[in-house]
Amino acid sequence: MTALAPSAITAHPLACLNCGKTHDAPRPAAVCESCLGPLDVVYPADRVLPDRETISARPHALWRYREWLPFVGEPVAATDIGWTPLREAPRVASALGVRRVWLKIDALSSGTLSFKDRVVATAINAVHAFGLDAIACASTGNLANAVAAAAAREGIPAWIFVPEDLEVAKLVGTLVYNPRLVRVRGTYDDVNRLCAQLADEYAWGIANVNLRAYYGEGSKTMAFEIAEQLGWRLPTAVVAPMAGGSLVTKLRKGFGEFLSAGLVQGSSPRVYGAQASGCAPIVRLVERGEGPLIPERPDTIARSLAIGNPADGLAAARILRESGGGAAHVSDDELRDGIRELAALTGVFGETAAGVTYAAAKALAARGALSPDDEVVLCITGNGLKTAESLVHDLKNVPIIAPRLREVAALVS
Amino acid sequence: MPIQISLPSALATQTNGQRKLQADGATVGEVLDHLVAQYPSVGPRLRDEQGALYPFVTVYLNDEDIRFAGGFAAPVADRDELVIVPAVAGG
Repeated sequence: MTALAPSAITAHPLACLNCGKTHDAPRPAAVCESCLGPLDVVYPADRVLPDRETISARPHALWRYREWLPFVGEPVAATDIGWTPLREAPRVASALGVRRVWLKIDALSSGTLSFKDRVVATAINAVHAFGLDAIACASTGNLANAVAAAAAREGIPAWIFVPEDLEVAKLVGTLVYNPRLVRVRGTYDDVNRLCAQLADEYAWGIANVNLRAYYGEGSKTMAFEIAEQLGWRLPTAVVAPMAGGSLVTKLRKGFGEFLSAGLVQGSSPRVYGAQASGCAPIVRLVERGEGPLIPERPDTIARSLAIGNPADGLAAARILRESGGGAAHVSDDELRDGIRELAALTGVFGETAAGVTYAAAKALAARGALSPDDEVVLCITGNGLKTAESLVHDLKNVPIIAPRLREVAALVS
Repeated sequence: MPIQISLPSALATQTNGQRKLQADGATVGEVLDHLVAQYPSVGPRLRDEQGALYPFVTVYLNDEDIRFAGGFAAPVADRDELVIVPAVAGG
């Protein structure tokens, strides 16, 4: 393997969220070397932030918010990712009994049809900034697709580790880019543990391990886009799926950064997190109100959310509470109904995680967490074509006929 | 019986650079206590003042998260392996 040539882009340093130690020389790091705590990006206090007009004049990609992304200099890869549609969904608003609803449709992300294109956009630039040999990841599927595609585009090697039983479209949709795809016998949590160990063995940039601090910052751009696409204002509530728990924390951070910068006014939205009942360690932590996160053994068709030991679980539960929001979990039957109802009301086919998000929004509305005054954004993070197996049994109700008018007439009558 | 222990590189700074170690004990807790007796500065990097594992540290006994296997009380036997891994994740 050959390392990339030195890049014009450089990365901001990291600091430990647990002990506060700053790691001045930016380099790939999974955790704090002093205490094993999680790392976060440190932005220069004196950096100049753009105003609305400056941002509006930039290309329609997530780099229009580059001052809030963890690099100095121009991005050198994945420059066109982001700016997914925000579409109003009035029939969903009626179904939920709220004032207005929008879908933030990362299921139509221009890279690989999921929000993971955002985090890979920052991770692949970190690979360039550090001149690494290869990119790698542990994935439940969407990240695998996004990393493999981004690596192919850049012509760099990729190692992709996934649980062996992923949906066919997520496996084929990774393999087609010709990475080193490895199916691991076990759950995502087993794959994740393996990759945490691999980070110590190989000079790879593992997107969600030793590039994690840089990778995670890409998620904030979903919040930035929501605010800008609403006309530089904030919704009152946001509902998003939770796997590792990072996305809800980054949504909260993103809204907060735009408020701090004076780009939007008012209150930060209430953030609600959604999980499948068969793997809901974060929702159950929110329901208990305190104590440690209790890991679970996943048993759900929502495989993209099947992380039983979510590293950001404690942080996610905390920000859901702080934001005034909450959490809900839904059964596999409810999430299948969620996929169907979302499609029927909006024309948007989301993956199982979207079914979880929609069904959780309904559950939250039913229990009064969402009110008639609310303006709600549902984050549709992945595309339904990737998890079509979940609804394949619906085909049994579809008539199969001979090409004859009378057979259609029998159906019409 | 000595148990094999595998440490992440971030902890090897506390063990003279060694990532493969051995320690004795009949349970996970005893093995970790023995490890900490050899390398005292490892202790506060694994457990809080109440003795609980930090939420960002996971200990595996032969590939099994000890939280599913009886925690510190889980019995260990010859040829078992303890792997200590920082908790990092994201789908």
